[in-house]
Amino acid sequence: MTSTPTTAGDPSGPGATGAPDPADPAGSGRAWRVARYVAGRLTTAAVSLGAVVVAGFFLFRILPGDPVRAMTEGREVTAEQREELRRQFGLDEPLWQQFLDYAAGLLRLDLGTSFQYREPVAELILDRLGSTVLLAGTGTVVAALLGLFLGARAGWRPGGRGDRVNTAVALFFWSVPTFWLGLLLIVFLASGRGFVPGLFPTGGMVDPGTDGVLETALNTAWHMVLPVITMVAVIYAQYLMIMRSSLMDEKGADYLTTARAKGLRDTLVRRRHAVPNALLPTVTLVFLNLGQIVSGVILVETVFSWPGLGQLFYSGLRVPDLGLVQGLFVVFAASVILMNLLADMVYPLLDPRVRP
Amino acid sequence: MNSHHHPSGLRRRPSTRLRRVAAAGTALLLAAAPALASAPAAADEGGGDTLTVALSQQVDSFNPFTAQLAVTTNILRHVYDSLLTTDPETNGPAASLAESWEASEDGLTWTFQLRDDVTFSDGEPLTADDVAWTFTTMMENEAASVANGNYVSGFRSVTAPDGHTVVVELDEPQATMTSLNVPIVPRHVWEPILEESEGGDSLAEYGNEDFPTVGSGPFVLTGHDKGRSITLEANPDHWRGAPGFDRIVLRYYSEKDAAVEALRGGEVSFVYELTRAQATALESAENVHVNTADGKRFQAFTVNPGAVTQDGEEFGDGHPALADRTLRQAIAMAVDNQEIVDKAHGGQAVAAGGYIPPRYSDFHWEPEGDEAAPDFDPDAANAMLDEAGYERGGDGVRVSPDGDRLKLRMHVHQDRPANVNAGLILVERLADIGIEVDNRTVDPGVLSDALYAGEYDLIFTGWTVNPDPDYVLSIHTCEALPTEPGTMQGDAYFCDEEYDDLYEAQLAEYDRPGRAELVRRLQQVLYREAVVNVLAYPNIMEAYRTDQIASLQYEPAEGGNIWGQEGYWAWWSAEPASAEAGASASGPSTGVWVGVGAVVLALVAAGGFLLFRRRSTMEDRE
Repeated sequence: MTSTPTTAGDPSGPGATGAPDPADPAGSGRAWRVARYVAGRLTTAAVSLGAVVVAGFFLFRILPGDPVRAMTEGREVTAEQREELRRQFGLDEPLWQQFLDYAAGLLRLDLGTSFQYREPVAELILDRLGSTVLLAGTGTVVAALLGLFLGARAGWRPGGRGDRVNTAVALFFWSVPTFWLGLLLIVFLASGRGFVPGLFPTGGMVDPGTDGVLETALNTAWHMVLPVITMVAVIYAQYLMIMRSSLMDEKGADYLTTARAKGLRDTLVRRRHAVPNALLPTVTLVFLNLGQIVSGVILVETVFSWPGLGQLFYSGLRVPDLGLVQGLFVVFAASVILMNLLADMVYPLLDPRVRP
Repeated sequence: MNSHHHPSGLRRRPSTRLRRVAAAGTALLLAAAPALASAPAAADEGGGDTLTVALSQQVDSFNPFTAQLAVTTNILRHVYDSLLTTDPETNGPAASLAESWEASEDGLTWTFQLRDDVTFSDGEPLTADDVAWTFTTMMENEAASVANGNYVSGFRSVTAPDGHTVVVELDEPQATMTSLNVPIVPRHVWEPILEESEGGDSLAEYGNEDFPTVGSGPFVLTGHDKGRSITLEANPDHWRGAPGFDRIVLRYYSEKDAAVEALRGGEVSFVYELTRAQATALESAENVHVNTADGKRFQAFTVNPGAVTQDGEEFGDGHPALADRTLRQAIAMAVDNQEIVDKAHGGQAVAAGGYIPPRYSDFHWEPEGDEAAPDFDPDAANAMLDEAGYERGGDGVRVSPDGDRLKLRMHVHQDRPANVNAGLILVERLADIGIEVDNRTVDPGVLSDALYAGEYDLIFTGWTVNPDPDYVLSIHTCEALPTEPGTMQGDAYFCDEEYDDLYEAQLAEYDRPGRAELVRRLQQVLYREAVVNVLAYPNIMEAYRTDQIASLQYEPAEGGNIWGQEGYWAWWSAEPASAEAGASASGPSTGVWVGVGAVVLALVAAGGFLLFRRRSTMEDRE
């Protein structure tokens, strides 16, 4: 821990503004190293993606149950009707043929067709991607800001009253089942109990029949309150804990002693010196989470009937709608891989110590 | 609001200030909330009364030739008329598009006379040609048969000799001709779609989402926000008369408990498929009526009598002793169906009984008073097993005469609480007669795989029985056995000559009382063979808001249900609760939204201000 601390940090924004100026004296050997680093990461990402495609295809075919039987369950269908459905879904072909068709489709960016909705999977996903990104994005940003803010405070005085209370509350919500918390919020804040009026909608994203840009935006914001609260409550603890522990790691560092020796006040030492350094591990976490938010909001979307990808995945798993779930699986996995790749690219910009 | 916050020191000041702003924001939001809360969800969208249904499943496709899910079939029933419908008073067939119908002497020719005042929603008249084209398309085109092809599998031809007469020629007589629940579509809309490609794949892929869709039913599909809502507008020119509501909005709720809360808060007018706990909780809610209807479903467990194909090839690994009818009967006799009703359904079911639920009174059969039918009697069951040579081992578990220990696997749907609870009871009751049960509560997919592979001993099942019971009876004929392992049409590997003869006879019997007698005898055979053991008929529980819906028609009128009717009676007949619903049928005004917006903006601004201010003041002051 003898390296020079970066001092231009802004605690609320771990992005570009916090990055030290990379314009160091550098030779062509460095450019080569950077290129190799980038190429290495890209290859890793591509290999992972390939593995995901293969795994996604076979994984869901191991799932118990037969899509055609499940879809026609309780319906008065004949054997011929089931055969025709099997033909339409391509399930009558040998497995390797199905896989080749699927892989060839992926190369053309064709994710296949959903059995139950009889629509291209890509269209179904695009239809709902916006809703999920809106909910999950808002939730993650709020949770990250809240967690980092509280975590920095808690880690600065570990064992203090603020730390104990904050950590306990965060861990309590972390261990609360999402479903239960969401339902409690619905019961007490949405439908109204006794003299308490219902403040928020019980579900959905926007009331049917709402039109006008302003009205739609406000109506959506109103519908978002409870799902975002639920999501934030459940996930902010991880940001808090990471921030807390990395700040505790930094606390004893020599450069802080130096900063204090310069006569800086405690708060400034924390904000300008300790927090920017402690942010580094959290950046990785934020990026990893950005990839996972899409898949991570399944439960929240289900409780609040949010018309997003989580809801779509849930409806696909029940069948199993192989076309749909394997398409979603690839998209979910690809977003994690992509965000990992981004984190790998951004991390060196933030931390000179890991530069290639 | 924030009087209880006492700033206790400079060091803690920023967070105190934050709390104050948050508290002020909350206060503002709470102040605005009542305005929002008073906005009913059965809200108005462009005038008129709206009935809002909490939908629990997403629709698959609005194409009536391909739609599979019950929820979709249900919706399409309001959009397209069928030839006949179900009379809510008698449960028997009733006139719809067809005013009258008759069969020829030999039972092979059916003639339907259509009404002459039916038009599609685009103004074109509905004629016999549309009916003939709809049926013929399903017969000739495999892609168009996946939804309703079962209805036409015995058809030779369907013709329209004149504009109002439809003639159906059959291969064999079939009594199901008065329950052809097939949506009749406009030929002028669908023929171009069919002809887009050869083989009909263009028809199979068509989602029928060109709104408003053209149909002849009492409602017109006008919108579908995927994963969110479906809108149906009333067809004021429907031949039966205009529906009471101007609009039905089906809002999607992925979580039933949330839908129940939405009903409680008045956001939706109707919720269906409630659990007992949900129904009980709603009974105390204001302005909510809980409807408990006679079940259409039966809950049963089947015993693997030895899985065989139609050619007699044995497969699977069912317990060999179960081929013995005495053992199967003893198993059935050991279970008290009333106990299942009381403990597994909390009383919200009726103890079985024969295969057809008592809701269909003329088809229903009860074993009581029938000498041949063994009833709940564990002592007799034990005696029967003793006599048949099933001796108890040292651990109390019996061993078959062939030396196989009576340890049976039981597959139970883990997603159906009533089945899980019934399974636990079965374990105890079968232990009473010396049978050990390996209770496997599994994913429905696992259960289905075990069933089709014949790798089970006891397995749970259940069917929704339609007013015409033909299909649920057909799945236990020998013809429903698999042609090769895995392809079974039925769900029990049941095959009995007497049963098959009775089944053929009921299908050919056009006289309803005569047919009902044959259907009752079929159930007697099923009961006697003890492969399919019906436990209970769970009640249907649903609830609606009385301040939004004044009245509606149940089907059947006595003890009937609202959701999932054979006809469109409920929503066609529903009348808005005029005074209150009319008065409150206006959404939150723009003013309210502007108010909320102002609050949100104020909060954001306060937050931003706080952040900036903190930085400057801290450096200034400390």
